[in-house]
Amino acid sequence: MHLALFIIFGAFCIAGALNLLLQRHPINSALSLIVVMTSLAVLYLLLGAEFLAVAQVIVYSGAIMVLFTFVIMLLNAGKEERTHGSKMAYVAGFPGAAILVCLLTFIFLSHKGDFAKARLGEYLVTTSDLSQVLFTKLLLPFEVTSVLILIAILGAVALARKEH
Amino acid sequence: METGFLTFLLISLVKVVVVVVITLMSVAYTVLLERKLVGRIQNRWGPSRVGPFGLLQPLVDGAKLFLKEDLIPEAVDKPLYILAPMIALGCALLSVAMVPFGADVRWKSMDLLQISDLNIGLLVILAITSVGVYGIALSGWSSNNKYSLLGSLRASAQVISYELALGLALVGVVMRTGSLRLRDIVDVQAAHGLLSWNFFGGFQFVAFFVYLMAAYAETNRSPFDLPEAESELTAGYHTEYSSMKFAMFFMAEYANMITVGCVATLLFFGGATSPFGPHILSGSGPVSVALFSIFWFVIKVFGFLFLYVWVRGTLPRFRYDQLMGFGWKFLVPVAIANIVVTGFWMGLRLPLQ
Repeated sequence: MHLALFIIFGAFCIAGALNLLLQRHPINSALSLIVVMTSLAVLYLLLGAEFLAVAQVIVYSGAIMVLFTFVIMLLNAGKEERTHGSKMAYVAGFPGAAILVCLLTFIFLSHKGDFAKARLGEYLVTTSDLSQVLFTKLLLPFEVTSVLILIAILGAVALARKEH
Repeated sequence: METGFLTFLLISLVKVVVVVVITLMSVAYTVLLERKLVGRIQNRWGPSRVGPFGLLQPLVDGAKLFLKEDLIPEAVDKPLYILAPMIALGCALLSVAMVPFGADVRWKSMDLLQISDLNIGLLVILAITSVGVYGIALSGWSSNNKYSLLGSLRASAQVISYELALGLALVGVVMRTGSLRLRDIVDVQAAHGLLSWNFFGGFQFVAFFVYLMAAYAETNRSPFDLPEAESELTAGYHTEYSSMKFAMFFMAEYANMITVGCVATLLFFGGATSPFGPHILSGSGPVSVALFSIFWFVIKVFGFLFLYVWVRGTLPRFRYDQLMGFGWKFLVPVAIANIVVTGFWMGLRLPLQ
């Protein structure tokens, strides 16, 4: 059951990612990215990280991708134009991709016995466990990250203001 | 006790079918409730000719929408045009799966009155609301129509602004319960009847009002229904939709209303528990417990639907800048203040662990 769900949603992830690259209109690419984000959330759930799965849907699919979609709708980005492929793609692209595939194959084959070991353990990490750690041991990084995000928001507001 | 996979699948399927049928019937009769109530507020009968008291009106309306011609304009982006109402209706119906309709009645160790009992039930309802924005955004964009695009952008901006206030208002309830599971939230409110409900004994009345106003804005209902106002934007993001697709948007709006009512009763008004306490009018023995708890739940949700329609018939519409200012400058600070005050109250009340 676990394996079946993993294969289905892993396939959705890969199909979404490929569709993202191959679509000509950016709105279709954005929608494929939403499929990828939601499938990743299911994969997190299969590893037992329930809060992270829902946070992935709320933050990524529900906020960041909405932002992407708004930008594509407002800027009226049209279909990609088909141009002749650049020389650089043939010179550096195909060999680079081939090297990467060989490297990955080598790594997979040398660790053949370690696969299919990531699964739900007996103990499910609940939201309350996460919050216990977040607000006691990891309090300083949490607060510093909040200040960092606040600085980013202030910077965005300052940049977006009209010049007087 | 572990249930077999086949038993699990069968009982879940039965529950899903029953809940979906009841939800769609409720959607149809909520439309009738609205038309009759708004009619009475305006000192006229609502629909009263079809069947006694107009009770067969929803069936006739359904038949009409079904048989209407399904126009698809030429210049629309067809895949997105057809996908958008499906996203809207799908998300609206999906939220009902988390809601426990009654007490914890089990048969073959499977919970009979709730479809899926997740540890993070409340967060999943918020996540589904977040994803529901796409139905609105894509419908306006794919319609290839200036008014639709403007209407959908306004509606999406409204929804994502009020999502924040909605989520923050619920934090106070979660702090009191200590869990995100909807059954736990209901159980914490079952101790002393009316007094232990989160609205009264939990002192979450500010959070309740913030939640209610944010939910009215989320479901695009009066007084926040600028995106649908006919005189402003010629019906906004569902201008170009006809017959079944329009019906899907319509059903999605009323299904969202029902979900908001369910979540409000679960979080602030004790869900399926009786207001007189766990011993009076709560039943004894599984069948009467189930029936009484469903009865209390339905009464409370009906009260919320009545309130929705009452507010629609009474208040004038917000202007767009008033709407956005209200969401960001008033509701979000009030919700954050509620979290701070609830935190102080709990910190002073509970011993340090």
